Amino acid sequence: MAGVQVANLSRSFGAHKALDDVSIDFADGGFYALLGPSGSGKTTLLRQIAGFDFPDSGRIAIGGESVERVPVEKRRIGMVFQNYALFPNMSVADNVGFGLSVRGQAKAAIESEVLRALDLVQLGKLGARRPHQLSGGQRQRVALARAIVTKPRVLLLDEPLGALDKALRVDMQIELKRIQREIGITTIFVTHDQEEALTMSDRIGILRDGRLVQEGPPEEIYDRPKSEFAATFLGDANIFRGETTGTGIRLPDGTAIAAGAGATLAAGARASCAVRPERIRIGTDSGTSDPNANMLRGQISKRIFAGNSSTYFVDRDGQTLKVIVQNTGVEKLAEGQKVVLHWSPESTVLIAAG
Amino acid sequence: MAGQVATGSRRGLRSALPLLLPAYLWLTVAIFLPLSAMVFFSFMTELPLSGKAWSFTLDNYASFFSQPLYLTLLAASLRLGLEVTLWCVVIGYPAAYVLAKVLRGRSREAIFLLVILPFWSNGLVRIFSWAMVLREGGILDTALNAVLPFKINIDLMYSYPAVIIGLVHSYVPYMVLTCYLTLQAIDDSLIEAGRSLGASRLQMLKRVIIPLSMPGLVAGAALIFVPVVGSFMEPRILGGRTGTFYGTIIEDQFVAVFNWPLGAALSFILLAVVLVILALASPVLRRAA
Repeated sequence: MAGVQVANLSRSFGAHKALDDVSIDFADGGFYALLGPSGSGKTTLLRQIAGFDFPDSGRIAIGGESVERVPVEKRRIGMVFQNYALFPNMSVADNVGFGLSVRGQAKAAIESEVLRALDLVQLGKLGARRPHQLSGGQRQRVALARAIVTKPRVLLLDEPLGALDKALRVDMQIELKRIQREIGITTIFVTHDQEEALTMSDRIGILRDGRLVQEGPPEEIYDRPKSEFAATFLGDANIFRGETTGTGIRLPDGTAIAAGAGATLAAGARASCAVRPERIRIGTDSGTSDPNANMLRGQISKRIFAGNSSTYFVDRDGQTLKVIVQNTGVEKLAEGQKVVLHWSPESTVLIAAG
Repeated sequence: MAGQVATGSRRGLRSALPLLLPAYLWLTVAIFLPLSAMVFFSFMTELPLSGKAWSFTLDNYASFFSQPLYLTLLAASLRLGLEVTLWCVVIGYPAAYVLAKVLRGRSREAIFLLVILPFWSNGLVRIFSWAMVLREGGILDTALNAVLPFKINIDLMYSYPAVIIGLVHSYVPYMVLTCYLTLQAIDDSLIEAGRSLGASRLQMLKRVIIPLSMPGLVAGAALIFVPVVGSFMEPRILGGRTGTFYGTIIEDQFVAVFNWPLGAALSFILLAVVLVILALASPVLRRAA
């Protein structure tokens, strides 16, 4: 096991900068998600760490050892591919044992290691099957077993759950997390699914256009996004744009919004405030005794019922705000109704204009 | 449920009949009828031309077994087929690999064109151009002597290697195309997965790429081996006196000696031998594929 350090990594394909001066420290034993839209460079970064492609400049170290010019077969990494990439001409057991057998290990040793790995992913009895006889979730487990049986220093996962349906994906998230904890391997996980990134990882790195936008624990990124992009890409956010007053912003119509967190900015600069939809209270009157609370009036344009919660879209001065309310059975607000929105400054993050 | 499926497939067959019919009609007229006539000829004593008397006989088949020359030539032809097939694998497979897995876009199209170019040229023209290249004082001889500081004599014309060269050139595109198709179907991520597990390129080739492209190798080998065993044009023109093979003997019976019954009998013996070989090999090949 080992940590991974990436420093000032850049890689261009023609005129396209796929990675632009990216530095991240992946701690030993951590579960790290690389999150970003397609084309953000997250897969390029993973392939650089794996060694399928070499950087134009910058450093990659695995366990303190520089590897940026070491080819993939010598890096001792484990990788799980989006399409699983199981060898169709081999049985499940031979797939899992492939990494051991190309290292020239003895047959008996390989067999017992393969059984252990298959047990770990709860496929102990399926060693004799062929990949095409397995379900998507089972193939995923085989791919995982194959990647970890060689005791790699790092486990790299390229959107491994992308091809699974929703229910199976949630199962596999839990399973993957359990296995990762059990063997304590440094894991780097590429995904474009923000929910997956939030629920699974210890730390998240958000990429956009080849640059690292923000990096930190999920709670920190969610509660303290440093850019509008981070705020809207990881979770939902209502964004207010205006002129900063130092502790908040003033909207073009003069309404002040106080922020309890985020950047410290000189008064007068362009800035935004981000508020999560579930932090906003909605009602027919102000319903709060807090004199510092932010308050806005608006009209419900749409209500979407989602079982345990409802989402209200509230129109206010040309802007549509999103509010999510748990369905406790008390509030009954209808479309077209005039409402008051309020939320605390602590739930408001001040963001420098990008 | 099962009944529904059955009626469904029956209806499918009926509607497919108009599509199948032209092909089968053509096959019947163009292959089955002449072939049946040949079977008939092979049991005759004489061609029934210009009122010659004829009767049924097994002599044509018997002469194959009574004259050791035929067996020797058949063995030589089988060996020729094997060697040409092997050379086509050695030359064609790496080319197919590069085409399928290394080259992209424009350069792939260009190289592809070069590979299938022999298909578009006339077989005789192809063989006679090789004659120009291989003979003493020919293109190869002149070119090598122009470059090398010492004098060498290259005269490959009318030799076994010349026959091999000509046949490999004619048939290597089959191997490239069949292998290209199976190699291209191999997902690149399989190769990446193998490398991430620590496999060297050679190990990947041996344990993943060759097994997965086996169907292409087998198809290519069958497409090459069968016609090469019966080939006569390349052996005759490039091989000269050394180019006497089973195929040229059959050709002689039809065009020179005018003994069609014997030629037909020798052809069917060849067909039987090739079928037996393919049948014997098929369990091995099927397992590999």
